[in-house]
Amino acid sequence: MKQEKIAVRGTESFTDGIKFERAIVQDKTYYLQIKQHPWLSLISFITIVLVWEIVSQKGWVTPLFLPAPSAIFSEGWDMLKTGLLFEHVFASLSRIILGFFVACILGVSVGILIGFFSIPEAIGNPIIAATFPIPKIAILPLLILWLGIGEPPKVAVIALGVFFPMVINVYTGVKNVDPLLIKAAISLGSNRTRIIRKVIFPGILPMVFAGMKLGIGIALLLVVAAEMVAADAGIGFMILTSADLMETKRLMVGLIVLSLLGIFFNWSLRTLERIFISWKD
Amino acid sequence: MKVLIDHISKVYKDRGGGRIEALRDINFAIEENEFVVVVGPSGCGKTTLLNIIAGLLSPSSGQVIIEGGQIDSKPHTAIVFQEFALFPWRTALKNIVYGLEEQGLKRPEQLEIAQKYVAMVGLQGFEKKYPHQLSGGMKQRVAIARALATDPLLLMMDEPFSALDAQTRILMQYEISRIWEETHKSFLYITHHIQEAVFLGDRVVILSRRPGRILDIVRIALPRPRTENLSREKRYLEYVELIWSHVKDQAKEVLRETV
Repeated sequence: MKQEKIAVRGTESFTDGIKFERAIVQDKTYYLQIKQHPWLSLISFITIVLVWEIVSQKGWVTPLFLPAPSAIFSEGWDMLKTGLLFEHVFASLSRIILGFFVACILGVSVGILIGFFSIPEAIGNPIIAATFPIPKIAILPLLILWLGIGEPPKVAVIALGVFFPMVINVYTGVKNVDPLLIKAAISLGSNRTRIIRKVIFPGILPMVFAGMKLGIGIALLLVVAAEMVAADAGIGFMILTSADLMETKRLMVGLIVLSLLGIFFNWSLRTLERIFISWKD
Repeated sequence: MKVLIDHISKVYKDRGGGRIEALRDINFAIEENEFVVVVGPSGCGKTTLLNIIAGLLSPSSGQVIIEGGQIDSKPHTAIVFQEFALFPWRTALKNIVYGLEEQGLKRPEQLEIAQKYVAMVGLQGFEKKYPHQLSGGMKQRVAIARALATDPLLLMMDEPFSALDAQTRILMQYEISRIWEETHKSFLYITHHIQEAVFLGDRVVILSRRPGRILDIVRIALPRPRTENLSREKRYLEYVELIWSHVKDQAKEVLRETV
């Protein structure tokens, strides 16, 4: 009965065919079906934290290298109460938000410009191709030279880092807007500016969000890097000085805050995406 | 109002620098309130012709002249595309008012006009749905309402039902016939479906395979309004046979070419 063959009319005539009475057809794609394990994620996470706690509590690894989760948590709680944590998070967050915001506006405008008009495309494409591969943190010293020590070079380096994924995504998005939709808009009486506003802009929104999700990760990376080079506040600064003073607990608090910030940004962007692109299936 | 298609030819250049002649000396007129159908084998340049008439493509020679239209901001022609071309980020109703927004009408006016066409094409209850939530037949109704709402002098349809299943297609043919009776605009309808052409058209323009030339223009002298029963009438079948005899040889050659 383990025959895989499905009975075909006229099977009897095949000399090598094995006849059978009945075969039940099985779903052969069962292992491709998506299975969900909602509890496994939670349990494994808790287990890792617990093992870590035990390892530290038992003194198997010295707390200087690996402080216990509970110790990190209480350190974080103290910093929260004294307002120290808020001060650092606020410094980093304001840099990220400002840089990110500027980059989004510029990235979308430039992306549409070079995507839709041939002359800006001819001018802009080689400039972008030449500057895009430079690691943005390498530009920071130059930016400090130009803009002085302080907030402007940090914001600028973040803005630069976010600008490129934005502009490239938006450019690709404009190129991929269905030309038929543009034709439809023209036949319904739209002029060029109205096509940009009413067809191109909504058409590229999914790509804008994809660019923002890439960009926010880069922003987080660059803010830490910039604060490690030159700053007197911020999460990057806090991590670096903690390491210098062998305050591993405080360093770990910094890492956890970064993880939480990343999760928060991604969640916010996904929520915004759901609201703005509700028309997608 | 009259649309003159005045000796239109179109030659494309392909990537290798070769010339592809899509249309050769297309010359006919669409009279006021007339339903003209263009039939021809696949690749006869039907869509090219429609794009040229709509001002979405330049002809290599010849011109399209619209006579006796009113001078205002409205587009003279409107198109119902084969692939619907609905804006996916707009609901059915928002799609329908698109052209009215471009004409600068006020919100209440837009909605009033849109509601009229929603009722005409039978979309009541689907106004707030997004295109991806609609079936093919419903999407095509939205596209028709969107085109009609701009009040064009000439409504063009490019194989509007080829993406629909056979049953929906037949029902939509009746709908189009009824809509034409109600609006009495000039229609230019492109199809490769001969029965559809005879059922809908006042005149049927038969194009040859590439380069598309006019083989014949057949006047369909069947009474209106045309209803379901027509498809069994002898004269209807004679027209179908006549047009098929023109198209058959062309289609055979196309078939041989592509194999």
